[in-house]
Amino acid sequence: MLYSMCFLLFIIGLYCVLVKKNMVKIVLGIVIMEYAVNLFLIMLGYRLGGIAPIIGQNDYASGVVDASFTQASVDPLPQAMVLTAIVISLGSLALMISICIRTYERYGTFDITQIRRLKG
Amino acid sequence: MKGMTIIVKTISSWVKMLVFLFGIYIILFGHITPGGGFAGGVILACSYVLIMLAFGRDYTEENLSLKLASKLDCTGALLFIAIALTGFLYGGFSFFYNFIQQEYFAGKDTAFKLVSAGTIPLSNIAIGLKVGASLFLVLLMLSAFRPGDSSEKES
Amino acid sequence: MMIPLPLFVALPLAAAFIVPLFGQKKRSFATLLANIATTCLLVLAIYVMLTGQSGIYKVGRWSVPIGINLVLDGLSGLMLLTISIVSFAAMLFSIRYMEQYTAKPKFLSLFLLMVAGMNGVVLSGDIFNMFVFLEIASISSYALVGFGCEHEELEASFKYMVLGSVASMFILLGIGLVYGMTGTLNLAYISRTIQQAGLNNGLYFALAMFIVGFGLKAALVPFHAWLPDAHPSAPAPISAMLSGVLIKALGVYALIRIIFNIYGVSIPIGWILITLGVLSMVIGVFLAVGQWDFKRLLAYHSISQMGYVVLGVGIGGVILAQGKDPAWASLAILGGLFHLMNHSVFKSLLFLTSGSIEIATGTRQLKQLGGLAEKMPVTRTMCTVASAAIAGVPPFNGFWSKLLIVLAAVKAQYFGLAAITILVSLVTLISFLKVQRYIFLGDLPDKLNDVKESKGSMLWSMGILACLCVGMGLLLLWEPLREQILTPAVQVLVQNVYSSEIISMP
Repeated sequence: MLYSMCFLLFIIGLYCVLVKKNMVKIVLGIVIMEYAVNLFLIMLGYRLGGIAPIIGQNDYASGVVDASFTQASVDPLPQAMVLTAIVISLGSLALMISICIRTYERYGTFDITQIRRLKG
Repeated sequence: MKGMTIIVKTISSWVKMLVFLFGIYIILFGHITPGGGFAGGVILACSYVLIMLAFGRDYTEENLSLKLASKLDCTGALLFIAIALTGFLYGGFSFFYNFIQQEYFAGKDTAFKLVSAGTIPLSNIAIGLKVGASLFLVLLMLSAFRPGDSSEKES
Repeated sequence: MMIPLPLFVALPLAAAFIVPLFGQKKRSFATLLANIATTCLLVLAIYVMLTGQSGIYKVGRWSVPIGINLVLDGLSGLMLLTISIVSFAAMLFSIRYMEQYTAKPKFLSLFLLMVAGMNGVVLSGDIFNMFVFLEIASISSYALVGFGCEHEELEASFKYMVLGSVASMFILLGIGLVYGMTGTLNLAYISRTIQQAGLNNGLYFALAMFIVGFGLKAALVPFHAWLPDAHPSAPAPISAMLSGVLIKALGVYALIRIIFNIYGVSIPIGWILITLGVLSMVIGVFLAVGQWDFKRLLAYHSISQMGYVVLGVGIGGVILAQGKDPAWASLAILGGLFHLMNHSVFKSLLFLTSGSIEIATGTRQLKQLGGLAEKMPVTRTMCTVASAAIAGVPPFNGFWSKLLIVLAAVKAQYFGLAAITILVSLVTLISFLKVQRYIFLGDLPDKLNDVKESKGSMLWSMGILACLCVGMGLLLLWEPLREQILTPAVQVLVQNVYSSEIISMP
């Protein structure tokens, strides 16, 4: 059921990209889609009642880390994937915002129905 | 951008050093505690954003100029690639090979200490330098747009 | 001697970060360094193809499902060769062409990052690593399309960037679903899990996400809306790179790798590929005939020729899935992959000639040009060679690949598809006759009385690509060259031993 909430957020972001007319709102729609996909990836690794996959300094001696540690901890691989995806979306967002600003300098508006020189 | 009142300027000129130090701590201890290169680099850039908000964009540009930040950016990336390529001295399949840990410290008990895990802290430092410089450049260039100005294209 | 595979990615990446250190004053050093990097890549790619090297590279000596591996097989080698040839020619062209812009070292750095990203997509053996390199190449291309910062270039770049980011989000969602269903990210292990456990609804949904995402990167027809705006607005060497290799390495290669080697082609999936191919071919060419802007016409033709590639591969897939003679499936896939190589060469040559015309006359509109045959003879010869190649005139390379696709369609008893292919080829010929008549024949307008031929590096790069256009038929007809370069790529898709070979390696 929680996965379908992620898809709902993805659809909301897609709706923003398709319907809105202000360039900055379209960029925000893409950011919402990125959040939705990152949330979905983290939820994939979650285990109900799981512990954090971090080993501390005295954990070997005190017996917290034993054979069932890998069964009880949440999956760290989707967390590494999400870190990388966040960095990528940061770079993409910086480029999108700077192109929005440059377009505003040239055309004088953020409205995409006025920015239609390329036709045909 | 003009800057803020005298109270904000005084406090932020003290706090910026603490933020910078915290960023260096996150980078250096990246192989022991959560964090690492990218998160530490973002915090380093945040310390410069604090100066930019408190004193204005022109003061920040005099403090760390565009050309120097661009050169630091490239240096960080080249350091990272150099660390990865140094593994080639050690035989086959060794791009990104953790040669310090496996060749010199293998079998010794160095877990959870600051000097451990081979090339990982060095890569963290390189990435922290690059990310800090890149984010600082992005924010500096984005704040340069004013209506009626023409500035050079950011890469 | 085995060449370590990460060099294909590390070399352009290192060059991309050394080049901006030079700055605008010393840009000749920067240009020299960038050209040395692309020349080294071309030499490495040719060496790898001629010695038939193939295998995996375990990065950091981590064993295979735990670490990331790079895989070089026939299909990857073919794509590496194509990327290296086109990037070498485009970089050589941009020595003279990019002098009119003021930030040349930044252009070279972004160009080399794009090449590094494409090499990484083609060599990667891990699906998330493929996504990271795909994003590196895509974001560099978004910045390069809007490089000139004029009105139309920024609008085209914004449109391209929004659609490209939406496609990347679909791909990442698909990757998440595949990880959730199979539990691993390595391409070979995913393939084995799917072969053992079969497909379920979640994996079909992920396949739909992949077709949408990679189809948008490849500009197949329901997802082509960004291409006619992005490719004309970019500077000419970037148009050549985008049309020539980016839509192939990021779109068609990834789609073929996932459908043939991971999921295993079945009859519905093959028919989806054939439908996408036919729609792209027909709609692309009929929209192209009515264009009056030279580069926009070439961009619509790119959509149409991508349809040829996907159609050839789709016919091969359907023949394989039906269990009929695999020799005919090999013929169809050979036609599709050979057309992919040919299209890179002749389409980038066409875009480079359009750049040469634009820098000499200052315009791209067909109605304002005319009679350039005496003023620019070398450009005219190159453009005629490339137009004959794309239209499928006999001894040039386009003819052979289109012939293979038609033969395979006829043999598999799809006479309708063969007829559509021949019709689209005729309409392509019509539209390029129009291009030739309006640009080179006819009367010279008064404004263009003092145009001069292009000089120096632009002519050399166009000449190299034109020689390849004429001579690439040899790649198909001469047995040893075909066995070395084209047949391994076809066998990777037809025999599908990808997972068993990689898992059995130590």
